[in-house]
Amino acid sequence: MEGLSVADANLVMYLHPSKSRNVSQSILRELGSLLFKFNETFDGVLLAYDVNILDKQAKILSGVHPYFGLRLKANLLLFSPKPDMLLEGKVVKLSQESIHVIVLGFSSAIITAENIRGEFKYRTKDSEELFASKSHKRHVIKVGTMIRFLVKSFDEEILHIIGSLISAHTGSIRWLDRHLEEDSEFDRSSMKSRDREWLGDKTVDEGATPMSYDNHIKMSKKRRITE
Amino acid sequence: MGLELPKYPEMEEDQVFNFTDSEIVSHVKQALASVLSGDNNSYNQLVGVMHHSKHLAPDEVALLETTLKALAGAVSSIDITHHDSLLSAIFCMSMWNYGPHVADALAELIVSLAISNGKYLDLCLGMLVSNFTPPPYFLDKLKMPHGLERKGQVLSRVHAAFKKIADYVPLAPLRLLTIVLQGMPTIYHKDRAIVIYVENMLKLESGEIGELVGSTILMAVVDRLIELDVEIGWDAILQDDFSKGIFEMELEDVDDIEESAEPDVGEFRLSRKSLAGNSIAELLDNLLVLTFEHLESCEREGRLAKVFETLLQSFRVTVLSAYKSKFAQFVMFYACALDPENCGMRFATMLADLFVQDSQPQPTRMSAVSYLASYLSRAKFLAASSISSMLKRLVDWCLEYCEAHDGDINPNAHRVFYSGCQAILGKPVSIDKALALFRFVLPEEPMINSIIAIMYVLCFRMKVFVDVPRLKSELLIPLEQVLKHKLNPLKAKAASLFTVCKTFIFDGLLESELSRAFGGLERLDTFFPFDPCLLKKCDSFIRPMFVFWSMVKPTYDDAFDDGDDDDDGSSDDDLVQDFVNENEDIMNDEFGKSFDEQGVDIDEFDYALKKMSITPKATSNYKFGGRFQEPARMPSRIRPSTSPESL
Repeated sequence: MEGLSVADANLVMYLHPSKSRNVSQSILRELGSLLFKFNETFDGVLLAYDVNILDKQAKILSGVHPYFGLRLKANLLLFSPKPDMLLEGKVVKLSQESIHVIVLGFSSAIITAENIRGEFKYRTKDSEELFASKSHKRHVIKVGTMIRFLVKSFDEEILHIIGSLISAHTGSIRWLDRHLEEDSEFDRSSMKSRDREWLGDKTVDEGATPMSYDNHIKMSKKRRITE
Repeated sequence: MGLELPKYPEMEEDQVFNFTDSEIVSHVKQALASVLSGDNNSYNQLVGVMHHSKHLAPDEVALLETTLKALAGAVSSIDITHHDSLLSAIFCMSMWNYGPHVADALAELIVSLAISNGKYLDLCLGMLVSNFTPPPYFLDKLKMPHGLERKGQVLSRVHAAFKKIADYVPLAPLRLLTIVLQGMPTIYHKDRAIVIYVENMLKLESGEIGELVGSTILMAVVDRLIELDVEIGWDAILQDDFSKGIFEMELEDVDDIEESAEPDVGEFRLSRKSLAGNSIAELLDNLLVLTFEHLESCEREGRLAKVFETLLQSFRVTVLSAYKSKFAQFVMFYACALDPENCGMRFATMLADLFVQDSQPQPTRMSAVSYLASYLSRAKFLAASSISSMLKRLVDWCLEYCEAHDGDINPNAHRVFYSGCQAILGKPVSIDKALALFRFVLPEEPMINSIIAIMYVLCFRMKVFVDVPRLKSELLIPLEQVLKHKLNPLKAKAASLFTVCKTFIFDGLLESELSRAFGGLERLDTFFPFDPCLLKKCDSFIRPMFVFWSMVKPTYDDAFDDGDDDDDGSSDDDLVQDFVNENEDIMNDEFGKSFDEQGVDIDEFDYALKKMSITPKATSNYKFGGRFQEPARMPSRIRPSTSPESL
């Protein structure tokens, strides 16, 4: 899965003097208010943070507003899906028109019929709706399946993703993982190695909270963001 | 293509089985697609169908339902720019206008739209939220069985739709929260819409989404209660009845209050009457009842503790800091009553914690201790041990305070105060009198406030402490230490006390007017929040858990006539005589001394007092001291001073 990254951020936070009684709590609260929202500075959705306060003393800014600035060093886990990235998510609803997916347990994605490659045909089997591949009988997508799909667009406000299952290396993760090695046509280079490294062969568990990714991610390359 | 559309109502009727769902869906898809190529005919017909709202014929209903279902299947073809007229027609639809089938189809369409694209999410949630309240024409029908049935249908669908959307779009509750809070009718919407809106909010709170949005929603409800509360000025309550005091307003027997047709109007009712025409008061009454019922349901579901934490937090932030909130605090009271051991104690502990923390702002501490006093006094459900442990805490704090501030006590404020305290300890009967006096003292210090609080609780709970000797030694003795700490009250020349006292009695005023005259309106310390609730419906919830002064009074009667008559202080001549005799002693002991010192002509003073008839029964029986002590005696049938000569 792509779209997840860890950033070392140097931040300056401006706190209202009324917060001076409990600074560390208000810093956490301030950062907490950024969670699960798209932030342009970070160019992504903040999923988790780990913060260090550098200043022992804060500076009171001159000017009309007597806010005081605090320098922070924070470790941020960001989610920033970009078009053509590969994401993974769990199918929660499936109809002839569309497949609804939830990514990382919080972001919803939809793959509409025109974005599903012709290989998949909509069927109902024992009153269960599913998309089954014509060429590979075992390649089936139904409610509960973890699928890998490409991002077409990302609505930053609602955190809504429009995805696609057009390209061949998308579909049910379980099936893809089992058949990737055999499939010579599959272009391995499109899967970035670093993502494979930390994810391993395991798929992202639906119930896991974003915080729990922290351990995995520390291994990956760090990106630096300065503010 | 376009020409076929109007045909399908007939087809629905004549050849029902000739069209499958998917055919209709593809038909609608084509109609939607044709807009892009400039052919608007069939699309316009589609939009036209959406505008059918009232007095629909059965075939129109069928057409509408089919169209909605087909649209739900074709949401991916809807484009926010090209099909805006269709979308706005859909979002303007109100489920209240349709029967269950159309409402089902509409809810399905809204859910499909919301999850199909992020752009529609807010619009869809907004549309569902707007279905919280019925269209204006329906408001009157809400009480009728048909209206109630429709209400149940619509609301269950709306809330089910929220649930579905949240299942597919996990962050939807966050957006819903903002929409619900923004859509909340302001206090200027004085109609019933807000009641049903709040009902929906509470329903959301208790629903599955409630886990995510519940606390914020509950806080918003409490905030709205406070806003409404503040809208009802104290003036509205007091304008006809300036003598509404803590003890005065509840002098009527419970039965009397309920017989509202009775011609002689008690003070309690008088103040209620002044609220009667007040639409905000009615609204607030209804909202409070809703909240109480919600709390009851929380209790039944076993999640009161969680809800209570939210309430506690919101109480701290809004109610406690609101200036003299009149009704909103009863939400806390009721929640505490539902679970006295946990919630009840939690509330008292929080208030005590707030009070003893030096870091808290002064007004917060003041009002915390007022709330605590009033709560401990009025809550019938509290165990004696919990009350005494709380009081113990206050007394201990006072002792500590005395030790810490040995030198810098302001003697002027304290002198008067102490004399009152001394009186209380010596003769419990004059507690409320002394309390009334404290209210003039303008004490600023937390110490004084805490003592007022302790005294106030003691007024109400004296019986508890008289009955249990251990408590007496644990509480009253340290308390006495506190009071005797700096000045000996009996030696105090409390000049101001008696000037004030005279004004007070002559004008026949009690708490409210007085506290205003003495700057009380700006002050929190003369405020006891859990005085009897003046809202009618709300009061019926609170009443069973409430300690009224009339219930406490017999304790003091007993103290006087050795328990041979505790029949609610009915005007028994012997009793009165005993009472007078005893009170003459008190007069001589306490007040008379000071009067003499002041050179106040006691006869004259008392004559004036006599003229001020608070109660009809107290005509000639009372003499000097008895008259003076009269308010403490609390006859059960004190009449308001309604006739001019009584003043």
